[in-house]
Amino acid sequence: MNVQEMILTLQDFWGKQNCLLLQPYDVEKGAGTMNPMTFLKSIGPEPWNAAYVEPSRRPADGRYGENPNRLYQHHQFQVVMKPSPDNIQELYLESLKKLGINPDEHDIRFVEDNWEAPTLAAWGLGWEVWLDGMEITQFTYFQQVGGLEAHPVTVEITYGIERLASYIQDKENVYDLEWVGDFTYGDVFRQNEYEQSKYSFEAADRTMLFDLFATYEKEAKRTLELGLVIPSYDYVLKCSHVFNLLDAQGAISVTERTGYIGRVRTLARNCAATYYESREKLGFPMRKEEKSYE
Amino acid sequence: MNKKTLLFEIGLEEMPARFVTDAMNEFADRLIKWMEERRIDYDHVKRFSTPRRLAVQVTGLPEKQEDMEEEAKGPAEKIAVKDGSWTKAAEGFARGQGVSPSDLYMKQYKGENYVFTKKHTEGKDLAALLPEIKEVMLQLTFPKNMRWGSYELRYVRPIKWITALFDKEVIPFEVTNVKSGRTTWGHRFLGESAELLSAGDYENVLLSQHVIADPEERKSAINNQIKEIAATENWNVPVNEGLLEEVNNLVEYPTALSGNFDESFLDVPSEVLITSMREHQRYFPVMNQEGELLAHFITVRNGDHRHLENVQKGNEKVLRARLSDAEFFFAEDKKVSLEERLPKLGSVVYHEDLGTVADKTERIRLFASLLADKIQLSDEIRQTADRAAKLCKADLVTHMVDEFPELEGRMGEYYALHDGETPETALAVKEHYLPKQSGDKTPSSEAGSLVSTADKLDTLVTSFGIGNIPTGSQDPHGLRRQTAAVLQIYLTAGWEFNLTDLIEEAVDHTASLGLLKKDKESVLKDLQEFFKLRWKNLLKDRGVRYDVAEAVMETGLNYPGLVVKKAEFLMNRLDSREFKKEVEAFSRVTNISYKAADSDKMMDEGLFEQQEEKDLDAAVKEAAKEASESLASDSVEKTYKSLQKLVPYIHNYFDNIMVMAEDEKIKSNRLAQMKQTAALILSFAEFQKIVFHSQS
Repeated sequence: MNVQEMILTLQDFWGKQNCLLLQPYDVEKGAGTMNPMTFLKSIGPEPWNAAYVEPSRRPADGRYGENPNRLYQHHQFQVVMKPSPDNIQELYLESLKKLGINPDEHDIRFVEDNWEAPTLAAWGLGWEVWLDGMEITQFTYFQQVGGLEAHPVTVEITYGIERLASYIQDKENVYDLEWVGDFTYGDVFRQNEYEQSKYSFEAADRTMLFDLFATYEKEAKRTLELGLVIPSYDYVLKCSHVFNLLDAQGAISVTERTGYIGRVRTLARNCAATYYESREKLGFPMRKEEKSYE
Repeated sequence: MNKKTLLFEIGLEEMPARFVTDAMNEFADRLIKWMEERRIDYDHVKRFSTPRRLAVQVTGLPEKQEDMEEEAKGPAEKIAVKDGSWTKAAEGFARGQGVSPSDLYMKQYKGENYVFTKKHTEGKDLAALLPEIKEVMLQLTFPKNMRWGSYELRYVRPIKWITALFDKEVIPFEVTNVKSGRTTWGHRFLGESAELLSAGDYENVLLSQHVIADPEERKSAINNQIKEIAATENWNVPVNEGLLEEVNNLVEYPTALSGNFDESFLDVPSEVLITSMREHQRYFPVMNQEGELLAHFITVRNGDHRHLENVQKGNEKVLRARLSDAEFFFAEDKKVSLEERLPKLGSVVYHEDLGTVADKTERIRLFASLLADKIQLSDEIRQTADRAAKLCKADLVTHMVDEFPELEGRMGEYYALHDGETPETALAVKEHYLPKQSGDKTPSSEAGSLVSTADKLDTLVTSFGIGNIPTGSQDPHGLRRQTAAVLQIYLTAGWEFNLTDLIEEAVDHTASLGLLKKDKESVLKDLQEFFKLRWKNLLKDRGVRYDVAEAVMETGLNYPGLVVKKAEFLMNRLDSREFKKEVEAFSRVTNISYKAADSDKMMDEGLFEQQEEKDLDAAVKEAAKEASESLASDSVEKTYKSLQKLVPYIHNYFDNIMVMAEDEKIKSNRLAQMKQTAALILSFAEFQKIVFHSQS
């Protein structure tokens, strides 16, 4: 099964479980969790089911396109469901079967792994799912988001597309993966990997990045004061990405690191609180009506 | 009467492996307590657990709770009886107990008559009581709880099913949206749901569904399978108990299998490979009979033998990626020497009030040199220690230690050797973390002992200096362990310098660096108290009785080696017949000398009135002379022998002399003599603290 088919299969499966099929968000981010369709939507009592692919950037993991496993940007297939369904593990295992992974022929395990995102003031409990010893999915019940108690609880399932594909296609090197037909992962992304690594580690203008961080932080605060949560949250994401770039360069000392993380967290917390209030003012509209997926 | 069986199983989404065993035991213990509190007799309790279930099976249960006879105490006679008949108070008591006044009787209680009555409570049917076991399940405490769905309950993981049977009957209750029933679930992939006809069928039904519910049975199955593979392949596979326990709690139906990795990875230090296999993958590393690591591993699958080749292939693939990472880190790390890494330590915060790891490194060097001044060391060892102190934290900023923090020190040694440091320096870098826990070995080299002590001393002095003092069970920085480590090293190295002096110097230096938040004296005092407590425990571990440890403690911290000898000497002496008499003599002197504790009056020989005073004085002078000589030559036995000579003089003295004489001048002179004698005795031990239990 090629990467494209995998994505289509997962979309098809989760669409049938009443997840809204959405698209990646257009601001750089380190994980699908940061997409407002997860972060903001998991706040408050309104039910929410969604699935989407998220290209996720982690500048420090960049390896100039040379490492067979590590990437500047990888793809997550993200599923969020609030409240978490009682049979969510079974649904997940069903989705693996659709990808051609028959649990009877493998060793699949749910191994404790608790998730925490300090910049988002978010944490949850759950597992990493092992397929014959390889971590293929992060499975988390959110307990806190943006400093707010998660109740009802959102469950988040994050498939690592490249990991899964390398297993399904039995490839040692991520760049050999078949995206579709004759097109390999390398064809599509290797130049991206090289240039982004080069930029992250060598070419980025630190002074500009520090300035950007300050500018974005300021704008995040200003917009939030105007009650514009969504634009404000965009700037939180931008802060976070700029911080990751600086961190990859080693431009931030260990002491300062905590400070920067704290600054992003404060912004995220404020966004979360304001978002909650804004939904409350609207009377949590998605809760009131019995919305149909038909 | 028919004996019955209870089964109570909680089905869960996979629990964290590290919680399972404790949770199982708490579950069973709470159920036992629940039964005992309700006068429910039973024959046997069996405990079960897998990642997805906690269960208890109780056999030999009656149908009914035991009846209960209770005696209840009412008002005193003078209130309960008036003019030969029951008062309103007594009648009220009877009514409250549900008996008639004719069931009341009088009985003495603490010397006074009170009204009593016997109350008989009929035992209830267990079937009626048992739904309350729901509370047992809700009382369980887990290290971490969570919420799920829209439920209010916080629990270790979402509850999937509850099986609760009393023989053939379901014990009905409900938690969140889960109703208890007779359905249990088998292995996630090899089994399915199954109905239990009766509580006794539990283990067999689960086995038929590919679940080994008894954790001990599962564990020994894993153990045997590993041994079998090892025997077939002629491998030596050390089974680490902690890893076995964890693996056991990750599977319901174990099948061990082996896999291989490329031999070229064996160029990476074996600790790295082993750590990667154990920590990341929960594999058992494989050795040959000589204890050398081989390019194989054993893993345990949660399932049966079918399609084992898929599992092996998948695991080999993962390990290949892991080991490639380790190989990459090792190669990258070797490109930069430890020396070149030192500036980077300047940006690693050690503690917000205590600066960076570079700052700490400088203090370690300083303390190591203070320490070196106190022991006779060759220049070579001093230089080695200083070099090791300088480099000892540099591996903290390598890829490898970032990835595997538990390899700190080990990697330092490898990289130091690679950089061309002397083997002695490299060894000291590794050993400066020793001993890691109590019972661990201490550094084998002098340089290692020096750097390790200096590092720990720095941690202790600076922590105490900013007020981070362990209280109760709170000891986040492991200061107790580090204190014990300092003492252990001191003793093993056979050092003889004054430890209090060293601590004092370290405190002085820390103060001059401006790192103390409190005054020097109180930091020193806190540290001394803290060391003393550890010290007593250490003596206890060496088999020294608590009172004997107390007795030698005061003289203690300065020369720990001497104290151990004294303590061991006194422990041997405990059995001798004369010892009690000697202790009596010494104690009489020391006890009475405390009466002159506040006096600074010196003894005046001109005021002696009796021969016994003169004799004692002469004996004390002789003993003091001998003691000072023998102390220098470090013979505890000799010192004690010189004290021993005082015993007849002391007894003679007390037999004939009243210390508390009427003449104030004589009295204070005698007290001064006692004080002087006591000083000599106390320089050995506080004998009055030694306890004699029997009159033998």
